[in-house]
Amino acid sequence: MRIISAQALCLLLLASLPFAVMFGLNSGAVDIPIETIIDLGFEVFQSSDKDTVTQQVKTILFDIRLPRICLAILIGAILAISGAVMQGLFRNPLAAPSLIGVSSGASVGASVVIVLAGAWLQSNTALGLSLVAVGAFIGSFLVTVLVYRLSTSALGTSVTTMLLAGIAVSALAGAVSGLFSYYADNEMLRQISIWQMGNLSTANWQRVLVLAVVAILVLSLFPRESKSLNALLLGESEARHLGIDVQQVKRKLILLTTLGIGTAVAIGGMIGFVGLIVPHIVRLLIGPDHRWLLPVSALAGGVLLLLADTIARIIIAPTELPTGILTAILGAPFFIMLLVQQRREL
Amino acid sequence: MVFKVDNLSLHMSGFNILRGVNVTIDAAQITAIVGPNGAGKSSFIKVLSGEIPPTSGEVTLNDKILSEWNLEDRAKVLSVLPQHSSLNFPFNASEVVALGRIPHRSGQVRDGLIVKEALSLVDASYLESRFFTQMSGGEKQRVQLARVLAQIWEPDGEKNQFLVLDEPTSALDLSHQILTLKIVSDMAKRGVGIVMVIHDLNLAARCADNIIVFDKGSIIEKGSPDKVLTRELISAVFGITPHIIKHPITNKPLVFS
Repeated sequence: MRIISAQALCLLLLASLPFAVMFGLNSGAVDIPIETIIDLGFEVFQSSDKDTVTQQVKTILFDIRLPRICLAILIGAILAISGAVMQGLFRNPLAAPSLIGVSSGASVGASVVIVLAGAWLQSNTALGLSLVAVGAFIGSFLVTVLVYRLSTSALGTSVTTMLLAGIAVSALAGAVSGLFSYYADNEMLRQISIWQMGNLSTANWQRVLVLAVVAILVLSLFPRESKSLNALLLGESEARHLGIDVQQVKRKLILLTTLGIGTAVAIGGMIGFVGLIVPHIVRLLIGPDHRWLLPVSALAGGVLLLLADTIARIIIAPTELPTGILTAILGAPFFIMLLVQQRREL
Repeated sequence: MVFKVDNLSLHMSGFNILRGVNVTIDAAQITAIVGPNGAGKSSFIKVLSGEIPPTSGEVTLNDKILSEWNLEDRAKVLSVLPQHSSLNFPFNASEVVALGRIPHRSGQVRDGLIVKEALSLVDASYLESRFFTQMSGGEKQRVQLARVLAQIWEPDGEKNQFLVLDEPTSALDLSHQILTLKIVSDMAKRGVGIVMVIHDLNLAARCADNIIVFDKGSIIEKGSPDKVLTRELISAVFGITPHIIKHPITNKPLVFS
């Protein structure tokens, strides 16, 4: 029996989103009381002349916290839904972007662009960002195709090969990234290393815009393939017997996951484990039916990464922890738990 | 309007897996495929169901070459049960069977009804909300059978439908073996053409209209159970010398060693 119905979980998450956003707006180095936030919200909508809030508070809320909150939600949603799709595609719950080297591939692609087109990127425009995203996309695409080809045969996906290929690719990617860091100048080095830790502190509205475009694309196109993904869980030939054009579906899903992960990694850096853990928990709660798994994972990913990022901001205030470090601290033990449980089932 | 294989050959990694195979599968008939391990039975099933393209020769389904079919249209007339299931996600039995309705646009209510009926047909109603990953081998096999039955639960216009089963009884206990044969016979009576690989010669003799004997990639003999299951043939193909008697009631051949 399942613990909770998909609809109920969906509603629960939707209801918790405003609270998480409020928590994110409220907490940080400067404490802004919730009444002030609500007042300010009314002020925006009613454009009243009453100047209840200072300019400084406005800047903190609208130029620092709100874009960061949007970024956390979008990245969390993209990583979680892409993770869910990838696990369906590989027919294995352990396939996660960060484990099989897709994130590392994206990281290499982005590093290459940062170093080669460094001067351009200093201006930090949407164009420069998109370029880093394209680099990350190409990197993650190549890795996904490579790992998929290596680990999937007519008999299905070999987990061992998949994880080993992930290790090999990650090692190679680490070396290439290292090489580029070695030749990078100070400014680039700072950019690369901050970004590799997985950090949302560089959030601004341009980044949100780039990510929002990708998020809309990914979040609207993935759910159309949920039936095909359900059929694919049976096996590729079974899916074909059910009338699914497996080759075409695979191509589409690989392109979309790499677009999503590439962009998310390019902008948010290496934020591990969200793509592994969120779909996993959601599957435990509501089952593997992709018609619900995909939207609920996206929602849960958004809420969870927002909470994690808010905690990362306040846990060692007044400084903050890179978000990727926090998700890894929370995620690694969970992953170990998963392995223990799997061993018990065998 | 039949399922037909013409002069089929399959070479893979330097081996001749199938050589010059000709088979016609009629609607409303049960065709059993028997033969020793490695005779090419499963490869034949894979070529027949379009999973592996033949090296030479042709597979035609209802007068149309198999590879030229639109996949969804084909799924409405051809349902295939593979030998092994690699499903390792915790779908429950109802959800697994519901996957069989993917090619159809019959609506949730109708599909729900079909899923229930198919599960009860294979004696798996009690598994409805049990996770597939926690079922025994035989239970999994029955649930998968229900899935492929749900796929061709209703006739598709005037077209002939076919059901391909690769060892559907391998994990089943005696009573469920008999149940499976009864389900298959009922499907055949409804007009569905059945092809199944089966190891138990007596089960094959009991239900099949035709038996095809494979050995070393080609067909040694085909025809009615009476004609095919002879002492000479079995000793030539399987290397044992059996005794063959008539079943006291059905009058079909009974083979024992």
